[in-house]
Amino acid sequence: MADFEIKDLRASVEGRQILKGVSLAIDKGEVHAVMGPNGSGKSTLSHTLMGHPGYTVDGGEVTFKGQNVLELEPDERARLGMFLALQYPVVVPGISMTNFLRTALNAKRGYDGKDKSKQISPKDFRSMLKSELEVLHMDDSFLPRYINDGFSGGEKKRAEILQMAMLKPEIAILDETDSGLDIDSIKFVADAVNRMRGPDLGILIITHYTRILEFIKPDFVHVLVDGKFVLSGGPEVADRLEKTGYAEWGKEEPAQPQEVTT
Amino acid sequence: MASVPKIDVGSDYKEKYGFFVPEDFVFKAKRGLNPEIVKEISWMKKEPEWMTKMRLRSLEIFRKKPMPTWGADLSVIDFENIFYYLQATDKQSKTWEELPPDIKATYDRLGVPEAERKFLAGVSAQYESEVVYHSLQESLTKKGVIFTDTDSALRDHPELFKEYFGTVIPPADNKFAALNTAVWSGGSFIYVPKGVKVDIPLQAYFRINAENMGQFERTLIICDEGSFVHYIEGCTAPIYTTDSLHSAVVEIIVKKDARCRYTTIQNWSTNVFNLVTKRAMAYADATMEWVDGNLGSQITMKYPSVYLMEPGAKGDVLSVAFAGKGQHQDAGGKMIHVAPNTTSTITSKSISKGGGRTSYRGHIKIYPGANNCKSFVKCDALLLDDESRSDTYPYNDVDAENVTLGHEATVSKVSDEQLFYLMSRGIPRAEAETMIVNGFIEPFTKELPLEYAVELNRLIQLEMEGSVG
Repeated sequence: MADFEIKDLRASVEGRQILKGVSLAIDKGEVHAVMGPNGSGKSTLSHTLMGHPGYTVDGGEVTFKGQNVLELEPDERARLGMFLALQYPVVVPGISMTNFLRTALNAKRGYDGKDKSKQISPKDFRSMLKSELEVLHMDDSFLPRYINDGFSGGEKKRAEILQMAMLKPEIAILDETDSGLDIDSIKFVADAVNRMRGPDLGILIITHYTRILEFIKPDFVHVLVDGKFVLSGGPEVADRLEKTGYAEWGKEEPAQPQEVTT
Repeated sequence: MASVPKIDVGSDYKEKYGFFVPEDFVFKAKRGLNPEIVKEISWMKKEPEWMTKMRLRSLEIFRKKPMPTWGADLSVIDFENIFYYLQATDKQSKTWEELPPDIKATYDRLGVPEAERKFLAGVSAQYESEVVYHSLQESLTKKGVIFTDTDSALRDHPELFKEYFGTVIPPADNKFAALNTAVWSGGSFIYVPKGVKVDIPLQAYFRINAENMGQFERTLIICDEGSFVHYIEGCTAPIYTTDSLHSAVVEIIVKKDARCRYTTIQNWSTNVFNLVTKRAMAYADATMEWVDGNLGSQITMKYPSVYLMEPGAKGDVLSVAFAGKGQHQDAGGKMIHVAPNTTSTITSKSISKGGGRTSYRGHIKIYPGANNCKSFVKCDALLLDDESRSDTYPYNDVDAENVTLGHEATVSKVSDEQLFYLMSRGIPRAEAETMIVNGFIEPFTKELPLEYAVELNRLIQLEMEGSVG
């Protein structure tokens, strides 16, 4: 059994079934890419995996570390070792990124306000933050700012990657992390992810476009169309899509961006 | 903002603030309100005749004025069931050790002596009707700063007292100002001489311990020209099944070029009616800032106001109200532009939970001739569920020219997206909600000294846990 397993997952949004039976097994150390055209169910997959309340599970299973993930609240999934980098990170006014990172890290360590031995010391927190920033080649200018408040598209995505680096998940889902980014930002994010890549981390990259896969080489590529995988294979699947787009499944959408927006 | 503090929330309000010690007193007036009780209070305090007369006149005004019906529902208050005066100890101490042990234990438990050691220049502690402890740093005394309880000020600084007492809020101003003037006891008296800046805050802590108690402190602050003071008050009471009444009057005079900041973190138990009149007069280029945090109480009606008397005067109100189950916070602010070229802002943040109700009530008045004034009002309400309620009652009267008046109001709910985002990082739901609420009031919290910001965040956490009331 794989470390992280999705079996026949079906999910709805507002009464309409979007995921119609998705199965996928991810072992730590592997990078999987899920590619699909607009409306294929990519965001539904990522949000359902993390337990967003707007998505209803109609059937199937998700298991991680022997636990039925679908029974867990989002925070429990996160503490178990899952992470979702959102396509649209949310603004939360009045809370600094530093405070957010510290609170999340303490929650991950099992600190519930009582057992102070589980709390990260201010000194350890600072040095950890500093070293992660260095590894990611990020500056600390956005740390005192409120969560995603007034962040540029690139800053938001970098902040997501920093959260991932701090929380050290075992399964990371990157939901269209490349969308809306210029090529430099994509390279930056890809570099950061590649640095985290290793035997302790399984990665699921969800994307419309092949471009980010030029920088983060996937081990497996799955094509999602109308809520089902229609093709799975190695990195060559991405090359095929790059040439022909999603046309062979009746979707006249290229798998390369036509213009770059920043 | 300060990081969200973690506490053992198993020890809720009752544990931390809602405890009471057995009542012990040297003098307690009979229940109810009549001229004899008023005379008795004045006699106990050995007051000059003019004050006794003023009290009696105020009692008459209180009786004649109808109950206000425009705000929260006050019909449930039984004025005859209240104790209007209770003296718990017959002397005021200069050290905590001199206090009767039960009173000292109360303040220890509330953390007041510790706060004094760490970051305050002076402390006044009122227990029931009288100030029982008082201190002021010697360096400030040498500079001529007066910080004392209001009863002592009447005795020791009679001229200064008589010159200002009741001039900002006369007894006939409103029913509860009249009540306070009739039965007032305790409160703080501050005089900051010309050019003196009190860099470290002064604090008063008001504690009601007895059941059915009425606390009617009276505070008078005079900032002479070019001076500065930051005064902080904290208030708590035990949880009783019957009601208590807190009806204070605060008068402030801010002279030319002076600045006064008045910070309140009140955290009354939910059996307290809190009906307070706070008003400041700001003169040329003076600044008055009210930073007003309203937690707890059954009903609060409080609208700190600034009369902008001369050109260049500036008034700010920054307030936060949190209403939980069975609570109504009717709060806001008033800015009265009497002179031209004056500016004011009111920022109000309210949170309603579990069927609680918050109202913003504000009044901006710009008198004829008060041209070139600017005023900006912003009120944001956060509703935590569908049963809770928030209303806005802004009143504007503008009779001058070239006036800039702005008003913004928002009502929002804690969004699923924000909650999901925080939770997806491992933060449990309750803590994520508390973070969002603390983030919402951050514009308020960041104006507080760090220790109070931490305390406020902790109080919000207690409220969010639903352990209060």
